[in-house]
Amino acid sequence: MNNLSIDRRTASVLVWLVLAALPYWLPWVGGYQELGTRVLVMALAAMSLNFLLGFTGVLSFGHAAYFGLGAYGVGMTIKYLVPSTPLGILVGVAIGTLAAAIVGALIVRLRGVYFAMVTIAFGQVFFFIAFRWNDVTGGDDGLSGWRRQPLDLGFTRIDILGNDKAFYYLVLVCFAIAAGVMAVLLRSPFGRSLLAIRENERRARYLGIPVEFHIWVSFVVSCLFVSLAGTLYALLNNFTDPRALRWDMSGNFVIMAVLGGMRSFWGPLIGAAIFVVLQDYVSSQTENWMSFIGLFFVLVVLFFPRGVLGIIRRKVAS
Amino acid sequence: MTQLILFNVFNGLIVGAFYALMALGLSLILNLSGVINFAHGGFLALGAYFAYTLMPYVGFWGALLIAPVLTAMVGVVVEWILIRRLYGRDPLYSLLLTFGLAYMLEDGTRFIWGPESLPFEVPGWLTTPLSTKYFFLTGYRLFMVVLVLVAVIGLFLILNRTRLGIRIRAGTFDLATVSVLGVNVRLLRNLNFALGIYLAGLAGVLAAGMLGLQPTIGTSLIMPSFVAIIVGGLGSLPGTLLGGLLIGVASGVVTVFFPSASEAVIYVMMGLVLLIRPRGLLGEEGRLQ
Repeated sequence: MNNLSIDRRTASVLVWLVLAALPYWLPWVGGYQELGTRVLVMALAAMSLNFLLGFTGVLSFGHAAYFGLGAYGVGMTIKYLVPSTPLGILVGVAIGTLAAAIVGALIVRLRGVYFAMVTIAFGQVFFFIAFRWNDVTGGDDGLSGWRRQPLDLGFTRIDILGNDKAFYYLVLVCFAIAAGVMAVLLRSPFGRSLLAIRENERRARYLGIPVEFHIWVSFVVSCLFVSLAGTLYALLNNFTDPRALRWDMSGNFVIMAVLGGMRSFWGPLIGAAIFVVLQDYVSSQTENWMSFIGLFFVLVVLFFPRGVLGIIRRKVAS
Repeated sequence: MTQLILFNVFNGLIVGAFYALMALGLSLILNLSGVINFAHGGFLALGAYFAYTLMPYVGFWGALLIAPVLTAMVGVVVEWILIRRLYGRDPLYSLLLTFGLAYMLEDGTRFIWGPESLPFEVPGWLTTPLSTKYFFLTGYRLFMVVLVLVAVIGLFLILNRTRLGIRIRAGTFDLATVSVLGVNVRLLRNLNFALGIYLAGLAGVLAAGMLGLQPTIGTSLIMPSFVAIIVGGLGSLPGTLLGGLLIGVASGVVTVFFPSASEAVIYVMMGLVLLIRPRGLLGEEGRLQ
């Protein structure tokens, strides 16, 4: 069975090839471009969450807050300040990261269930701000009346609004940068310390690793990339509403990470692909899609707690 | 002005009583079994709709008695089939499973009883204002406060005076020892879950009388219940009660001066508590941190 276990580098090359060629093979399997882009955006969010969940062992159930802050950041920047996509992304990410840095400092001492509960609850603050501050955020109706702007690179202009493929590649570039940074971080001594904390926090502490600080940094990095995903999500829809930062969105991120396999780098990508496609299909077929998604959550927990990649790895190992 | 403030404080107290009732149930389950029951709001809605269906046959009082019991029975079955499998596993899985369960319960009630909000009539003599000056003091509101009070006292009596309650408290403290002493821990956890769900069902019937029925009735109450537990202190039931009342009153007071922040204020309070006293107001040192 040894020849079945592809080594890591081949797997990465394969992933990048599949993603780079996606706009060309997606129509052949019955997909559409927007769906492909959505998968990639959600995959970025799930992978960022997994940086904290799978590689630091800290359970956040409130990442939608930073996702949504990114979304509102980019939308409001383009609508009220400057009609520029890159600037909007920058502002969105900055807001999300700043909020995470503040909230993170309050909660790094908490663990396990307690940490999860507090992150969920804190997420609600931002939900209510977006929901209630009608004049600025559009309240329940969402923030509309703005669109992603063409990219001006100096020597050329890229029309990411009319050209779906061009926008996909912008998302892919952002995804690649984020994935690259996270991979490098995980391989650095810092990333190894995170793994040590995940495996045995007390031992890590005795080794002199400043555990709280490491968890805080991991939380902030994770939220930084989640808010990046949020900005891209808003740009994809040319719209955002409070649902982007509600707790059910956080739950979706977690299930994607678990479904794909928390202990592997690419797992959440697979989880996001399965989840987004399934959600898209079920909600087009029945009004009671919530029951199906709920049942899906239950089944994943009962039967696939290790995720797709976890199962494959086990099969290969045996 | 005094009247307005009084009105909102009283309102806050009622809302806080709801939060407390929800949060006490959540706390019971969390303390003994380490499961955060995200679906608690779904059970609340179930209690409300059971009462709605029962009302034509048994009247309001009958529904008030039977609906929470029925809800608790659903809880027994759910614990038996699903929740039981989560014990001892990473809290991640209990969150995800109950999260899915919450979806299914909300959608299920919508499927069975329809998405429109339904009227829920309480006996006429309960709805008339008791005083013309303090118009907000309707009998029903006062009745709710009294009933919540009775439920809470009942809960603490059960926990302190009955064999079951003492075992639950002992199990919260050290489940392994309780098991070794010959107590059927599986049954204990099952009954404890049912007790928590009973409180949710009761809160559901009361909430239906105040807010009317809609499938999302429980969803709006679940997050504040989390906050109530955190503010009051994890592991402490009196703390949970205090936390619930406190955030209810706080959001009532803020409604007077700055209505659009009435929801956000409870999370600010939570932030302050975490900053100053991370274990919560009455929480034990070091528990679950």
